[in-house]
Amino acid sequence: MAGMSSLSAAQRFHAYANPARFMALSSRLVAPLGMLSALVIAAGLWFALVASPPDYQQGETVRIMYVHVPSAWLAMFGYSVMAVASAVALIFRHPLADVAAKSAAPIGAAFTFLALVTGSLWGRPMWGTWWEWGDARLVSMLILLFLYLGYMALWATIEEPVRAARAAAVLALVGSINLPVIRYSVDWWNTLHQPASVFRMDGPTIASSMLLPLGLMALGFTVLFVTLLLVRMRAEIMRRRVRNLRLARAASGAGA
Amino acid sequence: MSRAFLALLLRDLRLAARLGGGGGMAVFFFLVVIAIVPLGVGPDRPLLASLAPGMLWVALLLAALLTLDRLFQADYEDGSLDLLSTGPLPLELVAVAKALAHWIVTGLPLVVSAPLLGVLLNLPSAAALPLTLAMLIGTPALSFLGSVGAALTVGIRRGGLLASLLVLPFYIPVLIFGVGAAAAASGGFEGEAGRQAFLLLGAVTLASFAVGPLAAAAALRANLR
Amino acid sequence: MTTSDLRLSARDLACERGGRLVFESLEFDVAAGEALVLTGPNGSGKSSLLRQIAGLLEIGRGQIELTGGDPERALGEQAHYLGHLDALKPSMSVLETIRFWALYLGGSAAAAQAALDDMALGDLADLPVAYLSAGQRRRLALARLAAVPRPLWLLDEPTVALDQASVGRLRAFMAAHLAGGGIIVAATHLDLGLGTAKSLRLGAEEMA
Repeated sequence: MAGMSSLSAAQRFHAYANPARFMALSSRLVAPLGMLSALVIAAGLWFALVASPPDYQQGETVRIMYVHVPSAWLAMFGYSVMAVASAVALIFRHPLADVAAKSAAPIGAAFTFLALVTGSLWGRPMWGTWWEWGDARLVSMLILLFLYLGYMALWATIEEPVRAARAAAVLALVGSINLPVIRYSVDWWNTLHQPASVFRMDGPTIASSMLLPLGLMALGFTVLFVTLLLVRMRAEIMRRRVRNLRLARAASGAGA
Repeated sequence: MSRAFLALLLRDLRLAARLGGGGGMAVFFFLVVIAIVPLGVGPDRPLLASLAPGMLWVALLLAALLTLDRLFQADYEDGSLDLLSTGPLPLELVAVAKALAHWIVTGLPLVVSAPLLGVLLNLPSAAALPLTLAMLIGTPALSFLGSVGAALTVGIRRGGLLASLLVLPFYIPVLIFGVGAAAAASGGFEGEAGRQAFLLLGAVTLASFAVGPLAAAAALRANLR
Repeated sequence: MTTSDLRLSARDLACERGGRLVFESLEFDVAAGEALVLTGPNGSGKSSLLRQIAGLLEIGRGQIELTGGDPERALGEQAHYLGHLDALKPSMSVLETIRFWALYLGGSAAAAQAALDDMALGDLADLPVAYLSAGQRRRLALARLAAVPRPLWLLDEPTVALDQASVGRLRAFMAAHLAGGGIIVAATHLDLGLGTAKSLRLGAEEMA
């Protein structure tokens, strides 16, 4: 135990990078985190659907916001996780980083999709149409989905994991640099076409009665994201182990 | 012989499902092209609605073209095509099996996703069903005519681009009757023109069943030997 | 395969590739139970001749005939062609691969399993082909010959990538085929250990 404290920060960093230690630690974390996210989301939903008043302008429709807004946050958060993990994978050659980046992508894409669907459901009564190009946020969300899908397609296409990880990391980093530019261009395009009296999904102010459910849902979704990330990373590590075992079996069967 | 046909069809479907490339990638491409249109022409809803059937058809053609190069190329590169031609199945039926698998893997998902993507272009809801129906009738022709281009360019480096250029003119009747059928059925024309467009589209597809495999097999023979 | 009157013969055969005459006035006769080994330098047309017999390459002049076989089926359909390429899909498992080819080429699923055991691939049946070594892939390609009975085997360098034990297995496999009244035409640099094999040297005049 005395030796533990003398480890340098970098050594400790790499100690957690060890997949075996990660597997041991994460197996203890998944269940409690999953329960925590279920509890927080349940509480958030109760406040969102039951214990908060309808909006004076949007009516009951406002309740979709409590799912939509946290989903949109998580969509962005997922991409950030992916980009940071990709940077770590490229710079430090951290063995878990590319696993984390690969695992974050489908979760982020799912939250992006959820944000798009809830946005569309919200738009139906508000705009009278399922999709409104006048809302720059929704349009950006759609483009973010494309970035996620492209990233996942790249992983799926390159068979060799090390090469796929390197290529996907470059794509994620280029994407993270490009994302603000895309966002700005969409905003610019949006103001150019001056959408006439479109309800913006952000609204001018957030009433204080909305803050509690919104905060709870955001917290619950974030914990859910982390839980799913751990589950997917474990699955990915096991998938690679299976791959290695099968390669070894093919090699041992060579002489037989 | 029918057993060999079924075995080949199932193998191609299984390979497509494993690689996750083909169909999923085509639908993704379809989605991106459709999403880019409003960014190009502006978000004006009536304008988008009038563009929608044509744009959906054009994007669908491009997405279908994108997947053509793998139709015979993969089997050519690994030597499978040699062995396929020494089986009891005539090369014409090999082409049918592969074109059919191509349609199930790419054509069908594109058709199913088209009405959903129509939402992005403000496609009038009355037009969604006729458009989907027209695509269901027309897309098999894309696979069967496409197989000719794929067979002609098998073994050629960067043949995919060439195949697209060769095949695109063949797709024009499908595009014209397909858009016509969708527009007519949603009230754009008189009833008679709509019926006519659907019948012509069906005729094009049936003709592609007859001509496509024969031409594809002839092209494969020319390239193999 | 009790086709004892089986005979593969070529008369005045010529092959032209890309405007170059590869060989001409080639003649041979192979009877049931016999093997013909093609030798000669690179580019002398060994592979082209095998592809011509399989019906995969145009015959410029002359003819190739298989008498005593199934008159209903083309020559290529009565032959197994083993080329340089193994015709395998990385994402399919070993068993799926051999099952597909057995069904496609007109064999049975039960024979497919037995063919894997013949080639000592039974233990790897559930592995994707992507994980196999070059030698294992070659053996899987050879398993096709065991899975579907066809009288004529056309083998282009069958021993490539095979280790000593596998070459031994291949020799026994080929000897059994000949003993059953089959015909083998093989292009190879290696002695296949087929004692009674006829030999045809291609491109000899170019060497001189």
